[in-house]
Amino acid sequence: MSTQHEHTDDGEPETPGDRRRAEKAARAAEREQEAADAEPDLGDDAVTLKVFRYDPEVEAKAEPRFDTFRIPFEKGMTVLDALIAARDTYDSSLTFRHSCRQAVCGSDALFINGRQRLGCQTQIADLEGDVVRVEPLPHQDVVKDLVVDMEHFYDQMEAVEPYFQTDETPDDDLEEQFQTPENREKIKMSTRCIWCGACMSSCNIAAGDNAYLGPAAINKAYRFAMDEREGENMKEHRMELIEQENGVWRCQTQFSCTNVCPKDIPLTEHIQELKREAVKSNLKFW
Amino acid sequence: MSQSYDRGTVEDFGRWRSFTAGMWAWIFHKFTGWVLIGYLFTHIAVLSTALAGETAYENTIVGLEGLAIVRLLEVGLLAVAVFHILNGVRLLFIDLGKGLEAQEESFYASLVLTGAITVASVPTFISGVF
Repeated sequence: MSTQHEHTDDGEPETPGDRRRAEKAARAAEREQEAADAEPDLGDDAVTLKVFRYDPEVEAKAEPRFDTFRIPFEKGMTVLDALIAARDTYDSSLTFRHSCRQAVCGSDALFINGRQRLGCQTQIADLEGDVVRVEPLPHQDVVKDLVVDMEHFYDQMEAVEPYFQTDETPDDDLEEQFQTPENREKIKMSTRCIWCGACMSSCNIAAGDNAYLGPAAINKAYRFAMDEREGENMKEHRMELIEQENGVWRCQTQFSCTNVCPKDIPLTEHIQELKREAVKSNLKFW
Repeated sequence: MSQSYDRGTVEDFGRWRSFTAGMWAWIFHKFTGWVLIGYLFTHIAVLSTALAGETAYENTIVGLEGLAIVRLLEVGLLAVAVFHILNGVRLLFIDLGKGLEAQEESFYASLVLTGAITVASVPTFISGVF
């Protein structure tokens, strides 16, 4: 690596690195210009994406608006595929979260055609209408474009202590702590949560009341409260968290969460079961 | 840092077209509940005329029942009450954890039954006023 500084005609110091970077930037600008000038071949059928845009840090983009992208349709194309194509082909500033692209990470919960869905799980061919309308999750603050602030959602999840705790460990350190197949079956669906936040966003009650734990957190609480390995004392502690003022009793069985859950978790059913558990644990016959 | 602002159609009631059955059931249940509470006060007011004597009460009832609008409102009241009862039973089953997978169908069934009972009641409510 050279530390020698050369001087250009106008007297500005320039390193070889600077020159390389300048050339690279020029080439990139040229490529972008070419891409913008070229008439894209959209094939026989193209998808029209209407995407919510908002960037509070750029004055010209601070006013929320919708941008329209025309993307060549390919068989098996998901909404996430179309968004990636829009970003890579037309506008590199288009911002959205995605990671695994196979409905496991829960990063790309979006409001697609008026419903909370995972972008990667939603086939464009399955959507009705000619236009795919993509918005950030409702009832959460927007950071930029399709990215919402998930902090409140994570706070609610943390509030139910979403981890295994037990006061009944086996005597031998190396002994496994078995769960009966029946018990495993009972909590099976509740373990499938991927923390995408779709349910929380769809819940009308959570929208109006930030203190409400919300469906995802209650489902997580169900997953551990129903796990027999945790023991009686821990279950009692869990029920205290669940039946508090802003816990299960805020649910008004609108079934919005159950309808949008991308992992088909019967959220309302779990919440209702916890309500019954709460009643049973408080009933006294003396 | 995130920003809060009004996202217009994303969050407001203008989205009613995308409401699901469970959401409509909730809205109707709230609405019919408030209507029934409102009716309760009207009902008490009408009954209270009995305090001023038998004739006052009779005149009030006969006077009210002679009005076509009252008869129509009574049909509406029946519809509201029937829906609230049927959906209430549906909610009871949901609370008991029974038939949650059929919650949409049970809502539609409540609506259809309410419609049928209301239509069947029309001749009784309307007779003699038109």
